Amino acid sequence: MLMKRIIPCLDVRNGRVVKGVGFRNLREVGDPADLADRYQFDGADELVILDVSATMEERIASIEVVRSVRESLSIALTVGGGVRTVEDAERLLDAGADKISVNSAAVRRPDLIDELVSSFGSQCVIVAIDAIGRGDSEWEVVIDGGRSLTGGSVVQWAKTAVARGAGELLVTSHDRDGTGIGYDLDLIRSITRVVDTPVIASGGARTAADIESAFEAGATGSLIAGVLHDEATTIRNLRIELNALGRELRP
Amino acid sequence: MNLQDMINDDGIRIGVVDTGVANIASVMASLRRVGVRADLMSTPMEVELVEGLVLPGVGHFASGMSELRRLGLVEAIRERIQRRSATLAICLGMQLLAESSDEAPGVTGLGAIDVRVRRLADGVPRPHVGWSRIYRPLLRTEDVVVRPGTAYFANGYAVDRVPDGWAATWACDGDRFVASLECSGVVACQFHPELSGTYGQDLIRRWVSCVKDVVSC
Repeated sequence: MLMKRIIPCLDVRNGRVVKGVGFRNLREVGDPADLADRYQFDGADELVILDVSATMEERIASIEVVRSVRESLSIALTVGGGVRTVEDAERLLDAGADKISVNSAAVRRPDLIDELVSSFGSQCVIVAIDAIGRGDSEWEVVIDGGRSLTGGSVVQWAKTAVARGAGELLVTSHDRDGTGIGYDLDLIRSITRVVDTPVIASGGARTAADIESAFEAGATGSLIAGVLHDEATTIRNLRIELNALGRELRP
Repeated sequence: MNLQDMINDDGIRIGVVDTGVANIASVMASLRRVGVRADLMSTPMEVELVEGLVLPGVGHFASGMSELRRLGLVEAIRERIQRRSATLAICLGMQLLAESSDEAPGVTGLGAIDVRVRRLADGVPRPHVGWSRIYRPLLRTEDVVVRPGTAYFANGYAVDRVPDGWAATWACDGDRFVASLECSGVVACQFHPELSGTYGQDLIRRWVSCVKDVVSC
């Protein structure tokens, strides 16, 4: 059986790990390579780095971050943030990424997904979707780090992304990001119900029970960030607690 | 490249085939972590002469083969495998050693191992991405590079059988498929040792010591 995955995420800006609430009020929480080492040691199944830089200078710093994290990382590394072209993706793969995550640029120009898939294969392409709840099991796609509304339906966009070859979907609840009140399970369910592609739940996780609920809602992976950066818990503890809930994880 | 410049302290040279589309940076980093200096290579002479060769690969069977043909490496790699020179083939790299693949009907593989690549059965998660157990139907595992454990996969296809003379491991996710084949220093993994944590690093370390053993005898 494929095992469910625990995936810590580092939001990186200007070479440093940052964290906010609802994608805002970013504060610095540490050095990317140090945090990556700690999470790997604690039993992370994969690692995600999202570049939330605002300027080109900051982006160049992020390439260096990917390089330095890769050196000691022996698990899969997904990198996203600002990828607009096959060349952008290539630069990140050359620096040490194994998979590329695309978000806003793919919403603006969905052909980007097809181009990345034909260059690197489905297994290399993760489409990240940021969702804002609109009540009654409806979610709207937001882009540009939550700054721009698109009017598009999250479920519809998920189907389109999969039809274009996305290998995995990373679904973040914008409403719950950084809140620690648990994943938006309705959101996860509404997507895992309509696609077979692996779905990674993101936004709001604090406890092992939150993670287990996402797995039960059909997610194959759970993204966690703030609760780890704040040292409120560790991946090691979460794994022990999940095992106690009967969940088999990578030994 | 000057082959003299590539020699490690212990006298071995390790090359990584520059297939262009693979996650080569990850593979190179995993070799550095076991203390080996590896170099990218893209000419038949380099591929023939190095003591240890890594054939990485992610992506499509057809584009992998067309890249190897473009570089003129088809014969050199096939001969390496047939004379059992130490080679580590990873994921698509393993599949390229086969005669052909369901992923690209009509495209000829390297034909270095008498197997074909088939699509994983319906019902297997696709793409088949994540950690899965590796089984080995043998009691003695000290003498092999690929041992039982848990490794990271990212595949939709796998080789269809175990040829005579090869030791195999298996994975089982709704479909039982070959997770690795090995014979002397030739090790082909359907999973990604470079992304399989300490399990993978230990595997790579054992393969590198295979390379060294061959050199010393």
